[in-house]
Amino acid sequence: MTTTPTETAPAPASPLRRLLPGAPAGREPRGSTLLRHLAVAVFVGTLVVLVTNQLAPYQNLQVARVCAFLCVTAGHTVLVGLNGQLSLGHGALMATGAYTVALTQQALDERAVRGWWTLPASLLAGVAVTALGGLVVGLAAARLRGPYLAGVTLAVATLVPAVTTIFTGVFNGEQGLSFPAQTPPAALGAYFQPERWLAWIALAAALLTMLLLANLARSRFGRSLRAVRDDEVAARLAGIPVARTQVLAFVVSAACAGLGGGVYAMLTATVAPGKFPLDLSLFLLMAIVIGGLGSLAGAVWGALLLVALQDLPGLLTEHLSLSAGLAQRLEGNLALAVFGLVLIVVMLAAPGGLQGGVRALTTRLRRAVRRRPATRRSPDR
Amino acid sequence: MERFWFLTFDGLAGGAVYAAFALALVLIWRAARVVNFAQGAMAVATAYVGYAVVSATGSYWLGLAAAILSGLALGALVERVLMRFAGPGGPLNQVIVALGLVLVIQAMLGMIFGNEYRPAPAPFDTDALTIGGVAALSPYDLWVLGAALTVVALLAVLFTRTPVGLRMRAAAFAPEVSRLLGVSVGRMLTLGWALAAAVGALAGMLVVPTGLGLHSHAMDLVFVIAFTAAVVGGLDSPVGAVVGGLLVGLILSYVTGYLGPDTTPLAVLVLLLAVLLVRPGGLFSAARARHV
Repeated sequence: MTTTPTETAPAPASPLRRLLPGAPAGREPRGSTLLRHLAVAVFVGTLVVLVTNQLAPYQNLQVARVCAFLCVTAGHTVLVGLNGQLSLGHGALMATGAYTVALTQQALDERAVRGWWTLPASLLAGVAVTALGGLVVGLAAARLRGPYLAGVTLAVATLVPAVTTIFTGVFNGEQGLSFPAQTPPAALGAYFQPERWLAWIALAAALLTMLLLANLARSRFGRSLRAVRDDEVAARLAGIPVARTQVLAFVVSAACAGLGGGVYAMLTATVAPGKFPLDLSLFLLMAIVIGGLGSLAGAVWGALLLVALQDLPGLLTEHLSLSAGLAQRLEGNLALAVFGLVLIVVMLAAPGGLQGGVRALTTRLRRAVRRRPATRRSPDR
Repeated sequence: MERFWFLTFDGLAGGAVYAAFALALVLIWRAARVVNFAQGAMAVATAYVGYAVVSATGSYWLGLAAAILSGLALGALVERVLMRFAGPGGPLNQVIVALGLVLVIQAMLGMIFGNEYRPAPAPFDTDALTIGGVAALSPYDLWVLGAALTVVALLAVLFTRTPVGLRMRAAAFAPEVSRLLGVSVGRMLTLGWALAAAVGALAGMLVVPTGLGLHSHAMDLVFVIAFTAAVVGGLDSPVGAVVGGLLVGLILSYVTGYLGPDTTPLAVLVLLLAVLLVRPGGLFSAARARHV
């Protein structure tokens, strides 16, 4: 990319710098980061498990979908927010994970291999294959900047679903693949709600992802990621291998997308190219930007937004009495228009996203309460 | 051999559209150092305007004029209302804002016109004429080629022979110096976006009749192919965009003709990655790279 000196001089060091919270001030909290994150994960996990007890089947499926998307948005946040590489191709990476899980599950089923470990094994296979795909894209990405990278990943998102129609024998074209659904283990009783079991599996995947990524973000590698994002030249001078860091960020992010895609496929026990259109990749980016790129907590908002985006059209047409033609036109489109508009407004007016707003609000509350000076920071940063 | 010639002509006609569309991308890149990811959606929006006018008046030419005029207006509007304010945050912010615009435009089109494919009649016969026993270009292909080449020529004249073109180039190349010399850089930016969107609108009007028809997603793939064409030629070079467009058109035509239509998307991806990995600046970047 050739840029004239006059352009680069006044611009901030990193294009995404404006979106992110300021440099951490004050002391790091004492104690083991891993233990603290583990405690939070166990607490949240227990809470959600208790909540799933009270929910209807469809609501449990919604919980499961939020968890599946959380795997993807968390990884995406690490790539875009912490490392400053824009990817529009995460929908295709989700598809890679989903298809790998489907193919593995089918193969295991045909050979009559059964057992509790088959699902973790195929999810692991999905993660591995997607990480490999992420490695390929990441190797290209490390050489590209800004709009070039966005263009390549956009091409990946647009074109990869077409692979399923080229190799129809393996992927079964537009129809896609179906594989045996996950059933709750017999130990939980005969009347255990299957959706609740699915929600638990998805929750486990999401918590594991968040736990690993939260530790990663606080580790030496996490600091390298941010250093590369903020100033590549300075990072290189400080001895950080820039290209390797960028490729690794892509691999980690792809692995998370693969896991999320695999869990997403597991929820319906089917995969089809129509489930991973270009729009999905745009939604993923939209969700993490609106959620807030600065922290993993933004990814949670993003995952909630994605499920809301899927369910909103149905709710709207259900509760508003519209003529059939109008309802059909509004279906999906109205929600999209609203979210697109929100994306633009957030980008222009409130780059911190939802999590930025929440953080400003809690800071203000804490000041108002004045129990102690506002120097303690929330653990997610 | 007959098949080869047919595919060649077909590729050139398709390539002319990609060239026009890539030219729109290059125009904005040169004016503002942004890749306009909303180009496809904007072109579809103007094509809807065009075909609304065609069906109301019955005249293709009035519709074409309406599409191009609405392209001018839309481009200026997008620059004035959105991109100007997204600019300071850097190119990635502009990319994200453009993607938001894609969602909004496509959703609005879906709400207004519905989600089904609408027929978009071609103004000329689309059956190929045979020259010496070889099926060559159809009258519609000739019109597409002619229109695209005319736009290229007009833009070349604008940029090299007129004061406005000189100011636009100056504003893009050295904004600070131009500002000191009395060039209104902001106005040149708006003009650049307006021109690019108008060229995009023309390309949209040319490509829609060759596809399935009008649909809010009709240009998604075209955008990716045009981006590839612009990258092949080098984002900085209008000539490169045209050559890149024709080249990509030819390659895709051969791949589709000899390997089957299913492989086209994969060919685009391979081509894009190959160009970016081997020669990231595009085919026409050698001299420029030495200067810098």
